Amino acid sequence: MNKTLKALTLSAGLLSGLASAATEIEWWHAMGGSLGDTVNAMATEFNASQSDYKITPIYKGGYEETITAGISAFRAGEAPAIIQIFDAGAATIINAKGAALSVEDILVDNGYEFDINSYVPGVRYFYADANDKMIGMPFNSSTPVLYYNKAMLADAGVKPPKTWEEFETTAEKLKQKGYVALAQSHTPWIFFENFHSRHDLQMADKDNGFSGLPNKVMYNNKHLKMHLEHVKAWKDAGYYGYYGRVWGDNENAFVKKEVAMWIGSSGSFGGLKTSADFDFGTSYLPYWESINKDAGTTFIGGAALFAMAGHTDKEYEAVAAFFNYLTKPETQYFWHRETGYVPITNAAYNLAKDDGYYAANPDAEVGIKQLSLDEGEWTKGYRLGFYVQTRESIYREMDRIMSGETTVEAALKAIETDANRNLERFARTVK
Amino acid sequence: MANKRVQFSHPIIPYLFIAPQMLIIAIFFIWPALQAAYLSFMLEDPWGMSREFVGLENYQYLFNSAEYLYSFGFSIVFSALVAFLSLGTALILAVKANAVLHMQSTYRVLITWVYAIAPAVAGITAYFIFNRHIGVMYDFLNSLGWQFNPEADAVDASALLILVSVWKQIPVNFVFFLAGLQGIPKAVREAAALDCANERRRFWTITFPLLAPTGFFLLVINITYAFFDTFGIIDTLTQGTPGGRTTTLVYKVYQDGFLGADLGLSSAQSVVLMLLVLSLTFVQFRFIERKIHY
Repeated sequence: MNKTLKALTLSAGLLSGLASAATEIEWWHAMGGSLGDTVNAMATEFNASQSDYKITPIYKGGYEETITAGISAFRAGEAPAIIQIFDAGAATIINAKGAALSVEDILVDNGYEFDINSYVPGVRYFYADANDKMIGMPFNSSTPVLYYNKAMLADAGVKPPKTWEEFETTAEKLKQKGYVALAQSHTPWIFFENFHSRHDLQMADKDNGFSGLPNKVMYNNKHLKMHLEHVKAWKDAGYYGYYGRVWGDNENAFVKKEVAMWIGSSGSFGGLKTSADFDFGTSYLPYWESINKDAGTTFIGGAALFAMAGHTDKEYEAVAAFFNYLTKPETQYFWHRETGYVPITNAAYNLAKDDGYYAANPDAEVGIKQLSLDEGEWTKGYRLGFYVQTRESIYREMDRIMSGETTVEAALKAIETDANRNLERFARTVK
Repeated sequence: MANKRVQFSHPIIPYLFIAPQMLIIAIFFIWPALQAAYLSFMLEDPWGMSREFVGLENYQYLFNSAEYLYSFGFSIVFSALVAFLSLGTALILAVKANAVLHMQSTYRVLITWVYAIAPAVAGITAYFIFNRHIGVMYDFLNSLGWQFNPEADAVDASALLILVSVWKQIPVNFVFFLAGLQGIPKAVREAAALDCANERRRFWTITFPLLAPTGFFLLVINITYAFFDTFGIIDTLTQGTPGGRTTTLVYKVYQDGFLGADLGLSSAQSVVLMLLVLSLTFVQFRFIERKIHY
């Protein structure tokens, strides 16, 4: 009895001794459901791979909830070492001097090799600063791609359209067979932001906000006007199904075979595999040949990991070790396979290729291939203040365009006014 | 007169008794309210690293914004309809349930049932029932010839929100009305029945005035409910869509402050909201309560 007790005390002492030797850091993230399981699996593997550092992933809710939790924690001086921040919130954290440290600096300072060119082109600069220094580590990155119902397209005798010009004839043929051709799930991301990167059009002044605080959003341009007027005409002609702003309602229209094609995220691939009971294919985001014959790469969507300020050197050592683990080809390949998000480094992409993953799953490669298309002047990304509110205006005006409550011209004007006012207010908060 | 003096003459003791309550009010109500009022005159970055006094700019922004003015009007119409419809329906149900002789408690349990459902759960349930892909009611309404489409049609979306909000609030009103009805002395009702054979007239001249204190209390509660507690229903059901047409003032505070991290602007909205509810409550007490006899 006494012996057992002694042994227990001893082992407990040993264990706590071990535990206190490891530097513990927290990682706040927004990955729920099966994505959260994958995040936990990665953290567990990292913790098991060494004994110096221990990372604890904590699920904080959706993207907005996570950034809000991070902001409150930062204001209270209790920020986590690592936080996941989504694309639309990137300007909020990158412009706040003293809120986050550059992940490039952290990796280099702790003796890890860092080469920004080892990252996939579309991913490389999205969370970088004006000097191309990486601030946030791209984590779950996806890009908009077109999914199509193979049986429906075969029935109408058409192929997935490469351009929007082609789409008009494709859609007519599908309509004759009684199908609605298209739906899409994220108006700001797909029809606004990526519309500009795909056609290499400028989105905002100051290099899309990369070289300083912008004060003019350029959404009110003739190309976007033309595109949206077509979308409205397609809806009226029965080519386009608009199921409101909610992602799932539009995705379900595809899953329930109400539409033949759907533009969603390359990361939707895994989910569709289980939810759709039909054979579907994947293809690039269509573009307008009339705007740009050599349409190129798209932006990524999703989120990045930021190292928040206010921690000890020892903790940043742990952060660096974790980021190093995260960018390893094996880790990236695992993440890519489990979730459908793209691998962020060329090495990981090559590993997936060499492993024969794409030979078996050609659709899984479409997103990463699209992100590897030619870069243009305006394909780096965008950095716009209070952009969450601007997206809200875009959603709102799209609803109104589709219901016929407003015209495309008036809607773009309203979005421009809102967006510029958001930029102006945001610029004044940055000191 | 002297022997009528209050027994506890010591001035400190009563204050000590209410001190804990006052402390809670000060910490959880007054301090945040003052903080919101202070922030509403500021332009602040989300991280709290810089703060600039901007006077009334945030308020000017709001009252020059067509979207904000719309949500202001929408909140008022929405709240009035929710309060009126849920009070009216609950009153009818309570009067009828009170008159039932057999299985009275079964009726009561069935009507009170919904009370236990949280607004967010009510919203999600309704989402599934009225969803275009899987919703039973969606198919039913469309088969009746109503092009019901809450994702794109602002009227349909508003009607849906009102329906769910009313449904959720009926049980609360029902319970109070029923208690109020049972509080009316039997003698009064019997005397009325002898004097007047018309049941409807008896209701409006005897029952309704006697229920008025309960009704007034419920009116205040229902207005507050419609303004604040419907947030969960809106967030799960419409998120203010389509085209921002179902955005209430509370939902807008959430969008600008919580999602958008614009603290100054959302604080100004909180202050406006606070003043609005205060003045509504004031009007209710000043003008409606006067007509009520306890």
